[in-house]
Amino acid sequence: MVEAKVILQNPTGLHARPVSIFVTQAAKFKSDIFIVKDGKEVNAKSILNILAIGAKKGDEITLKITGEDEKEALDTLVKLLEGLNE
Amino acid sequence: MITGIPVSEGIGIGKAVIVKKENSIERYNISNTEKEIERFIEAIDKAKKEISEIKKHAEQNLGSDKAMIFDAHLLILNDPEFVKMVKEKIQQGTNAEWAVNETAKFYESLLLGLDDEYMRERANDIKDVSERLIRILNGESDSEAGLKNLAEGSIIVAEDLTPSETAQMDKTKVAGFVTQQGGRTSHTAIIARTYEIPAVVGVKGVLGKIKDGDIVIVDGYQGIVLINPDKQILEEYEKRMKEEKQKKEELKRFAVTEVKTKDGRKVKVYANIAFPDEAEIAIKNGAEGIGLFRTEFLFMNRSSPPSEDEQFAAYKAVLEKMEGKPVIIRTLDVGGDKSIPYLNIENELNPFLGCRAIRLCLGHRELFKTQLKALLRASVYGNLKIMFPMITTAYELKEAKSILQEAKEELKKQGIEFSDKIEVGIMIETPAAALVSDILADEVDFFSIGTNDLIQYTLAIDRTNEKVSYLYDPLNPAILRLIKMTVDNAHKKGKEVGVCGEIASDENIVPILIGFGVDELSVNPAKILSIKKKITETDCNIEKSKVNKYLQIN
Repeated sequence: MVEAKVILQNPTGLHARPVSIFVTQAAKFKSDIFIVKDGKEVNAKSILNILAIGAKKGDEITLKITGEDEKEALDTLVKLLEGLNE
Repeated sequence: MITGIPVSEGIGIGKAVIVKKENSIERYNISNTEKEIERFIEAIDKAKKEISEIKKHAEQNLGSDKAMIFDAHLLILNDPEFVKMVKEKIQQGTNAEWAVNETAKFYESLLLGLDDEYMRERANDIKDVSERLIRILNGESDSEAGLKNLAEGSIIVAEDLTPSETAQMDKTKVAGFVTQQGGRTSHTAIIARTYEIPAVVGVKGVLGKIKDGDIVIVDGYQGIVLINPDKQILEEYEKRMKEEKQKKEELKRFAVTEVKTKDGRKVKVYANIAFPDEAEIAIKNGAEGIGLFRTEFLFMNRSSPPSEDEQFAAYKAVLEKMEGKPVIIRTLDVGGDKSIPYLNIENELNPFLGCRAIRLCLGHRELFKTQLKALLRASVYGNLKIMFPMITTAYELKEAKSILQEAKEELKKQGIEFSDKIEVGIMIETPAAALVSDILADEVDFFSIGTNDLIQYTLAIDRTNEKVSYLYDPLNPAILRLIKMTVDNAHKKGKEVGVCGEIASDENIVPILIGFGVDELSVNPAKILSIKKKITETDCNIEKSKVNKYLQIN
């Protein structure tokens, strides 16, 4: 398993357009991907579950990834979250 | 015979096309759960295909941004947790329809619990997707697909119509609208008037009374809907429809002429529009300008605001279509009953008295400035006038004008051209604005009286509340006095006054407005010809002599 912490910098957090982009990317990987926020852990390939944790600008989230393409997934998704800008 | 609110004049006769959204969801026990899961997976695939089709259609007709909402729908259908929960419920022995509905309800309440405008929209998406799945599972046909392939002379019967539904419709095939909900200012009503389609809205329980294929008469004058009428009534209405058509033909002579009252005073007739396409209908009917271009539809039903370029393209399109005729574009007027999820407006106890229109824009400076820049850039393509909505105090007007000035300076720095002759006006739609219109007149080039809101705020009635609709009286002397006062104050300072509310389209009220001295009437494109005719039949001297009477009588 690999993991990384990210602080959301974009104005709408994991809302609106960013969440669509994120979920679409996450779904491309074979690994199991989870987002943890305030101790709550949700499936990162589920748009409904991500929306339900309500991650806003300034929130810290942790990505936890397990599987054959975990390193590549972590790298891609962290970059994506850090580069969000709408 | 059933009745509702007549919102678009005319007689429509045709076959009913039911646009149904309510599904009956029964719960029953399933023994072969494997097969039921298979049925659910097949429904998901079918739903994805349908949505992809709609998305394609929306991209072509509404632009890629509006089509984005359907991406959210596809993501929900691809959501592994959503699918997992439905499967689990089926495995417990319930039918797929029930399992989908229960799962959707769970997620809806989860998102609604977050109390955020954006989440509420997503909850709607879940509802939309689950309704589609349930309809497919029930083996019912796709009403949206049906809307694209309407037969000539269809009467559309629905709970209410969404902008995307009306966008998909071939409106030349629609003979009438009947909806269960809505009022004079609902989306269906506006579309119906624009395209001159007879419509009756707010018809309680109509979906249970009309079946697909029933012969329906829509009487948009009296708000009457007749289902499978007998031969005599049908013939009577067909005769009326023919006479009407003839009348319309006769009115066409006003399409090319400027109109004057009997005694020679010129009164301008402009059009109210919401989409650039409507400018064509306005011109066809002889509009001398656009008195109100509502920009809020550019901002609604999407997940992020339109870019400066996207707005610029829309404003430019209207200005070019009007070929140098005046085009009054109203800056963003949302809040109240028109919500915008991405602005994260807090829920308000009294949204009509809250953060809407110019108030909202002054609080979202960048959003506002982007719109103003797009307007300025478009100004070189025609005769643009900018109008601020719901001004209540001179302070707000000065603020709005200073942001406009900032926008101009920023464009200048970038070396971008804009017209130096852009007039700036405001809507008079609060009693406060009318009462200080003498002060406001110094700061503007023109006024436009928005009577719908002016009536609402003056008489203290929520215009969407049916219980108080009996108080909604444009001829209340309180309203007429405010209008008269506004016109007089503007004229003293040499400024023009238009009226762009519903009453400008009312042939009984138009002579009164002319008597008050109103310079311009802005009406729905479909009403231009008959209002022009009315003007030619009006004598200012006679109307002026009645002014005091109107201001006194209740």
